Amino acid sequence: MDQAWIPLLLSLKVAGWATAIDVVLGVAVAFGLSRWRSSARELVDSLLTLPLVMPPTVLGYYLLVLLGRRGPIGAWLDKFDIRLVFTWQGAVIASAVVAFPLVLKSARTAFETVDPQFERAARTLGISEAAVFFRVTLPLAARGILAGALLAFARALGEFGATLMIAGNLPGRTQTLSVAVYAAVQAGDDSTANILVIVTSVTCVVILLAAGRLLPQRSMASVR
Amino acid sequence: MTALSVRLRKHFITPERDFMLDIAFRSTSQRIVLFGPSGAGKSLTLQTIAGLIKPDEGEIALNGTTLLDTANGIDLTPQARRIAYLFQDYALFPHLNVRQNIAFGLKRGWWNPSKHVAHADVDYWLNAFDLTQVARQFPAQLSGGQKQRVALARALVPHPQLLLLDEPFSALDMALRQRMRQELADLQSRLDIPMVLITHDPDDVAMFGDQVVSLHEGLVQTHDAQDELSPSRQESRSTP
Repeated sequence: MDQAWIPLLLSLKVAGWATAIDVVLGVAVAFGLSRWRSSARELVDSLLTLPLVMPPTVLGYYLLVLLGRRGPIGAWLDKFDIRLVFTWQGAVIASAVVAFPLVLKSARTAFETVDPQFERAARTLGISEAAVFFRVTLPLAARGILAGALLAFARALGEFGATLMIAGNLPGRTQTLSVAVYAAVQAGDDSTANILVIVTSVTCVVILLAAGRLLPQRSMASVR
Repeated sequence: MTALSVRLRKHFITPERDFMLDIAFRSTSQRIVLFGPSGAGKSLTLQTIAGLIKPDEGEIALNGTTLLDTANGIDLTPQARRIAYLFQDYALFPHLNVRQNIAFGLKRGWWNPSKHVAHADVDYWLNAFDLTQVARQFPAQLSGGQKQRVALARALVPHPQLLLLDEPFSALDMALRQRMRQELADLQSRLDIPMVLITHDPDDVAMFGDQVVSLHEGLVQTHDAQDELSPSRQESRSTP
């Protein structure tokens, strides 16, 4: 079963980290966009949504160019002995970039549907602007953000193209579930492919069930 | 004695409306009513007094403290003004229970008060407004009268120096309206807190209008004679 366990745990680790990065960045950028009064707002939103529509292999190629040892970011990171290409951290970056628009879109919609009256009420009660965000705006947008995070996690778990481009297919190191399925089929190893496909399917069902249990509990107060 | 003086001017341009708010009044009354039809600029005036809207120019002073003076670059944040605001639909935080809503302004920092927050002031208001039974409920589970009491308690807990009320009875049915009016009048006398109430209901004016400022199309129409207005107010304007 090792041929299934190792890619599964790696996939969960990569998708977990990618989702965490996306939630922090996505929430910050979405809040900024929802309050930014500028004609450039939709342009920035469109640019940040590009990973949703671009082929993952194209994204992977961009990342390779940027993060490779001779790329502008890769060369700089190399000075600190940090290498992202052909590492699981590289796979995290790939998944995070591909799944980012899912958090961004959900979070922006969530922030824009929070009634500004609640924020005004909080201000008149004397709490700081940062506290208004953490105590009123963020909790009222939490359901939308959580939904976006679950979509991002699912997308990151299934990431293939960009991951293969930047992290490669190193069994035990960068070979995630979806990459392992492809490798097993290419090698004609049907029994491994069967196990991997079943593990992947079961994992997806478990995540969906968990998501279903998570969401209704958040709705105890009817959030307008 | 309370002294409130307000002079505001702001040009609002929205796709639907081009609106000039140009207001001035001065009062030493404890109960001031801003009276006028919908769209007269009453809510905008109230929100500007609270610091939620920034006017193009104007001054607001309360009990000798300047809250706003655009000529001298003074514009206190809503947080610094210590002015309570009762919103028309109460704006109770839907994710917090009654106890947490009332305790909201007592807690500083980035975390909301806990579900069982204990504080003498919170317990006082829960008792005073007969809300102890519903302390753990969420706003969506409350009746109209209960919501209003929670909103009032939440506004009064931080000991504000002025209470602003935006059509406080419009969301209530007729029978409840009369009772809540009386409750508010008693409360105001007991706390001796000055208040500005906006309404288009003449019954509210009869109950709370120690001084009445009538608004129409963003302009002060008439006012009770005791306070003078600046001469420029007498000019007629051709704003839409």
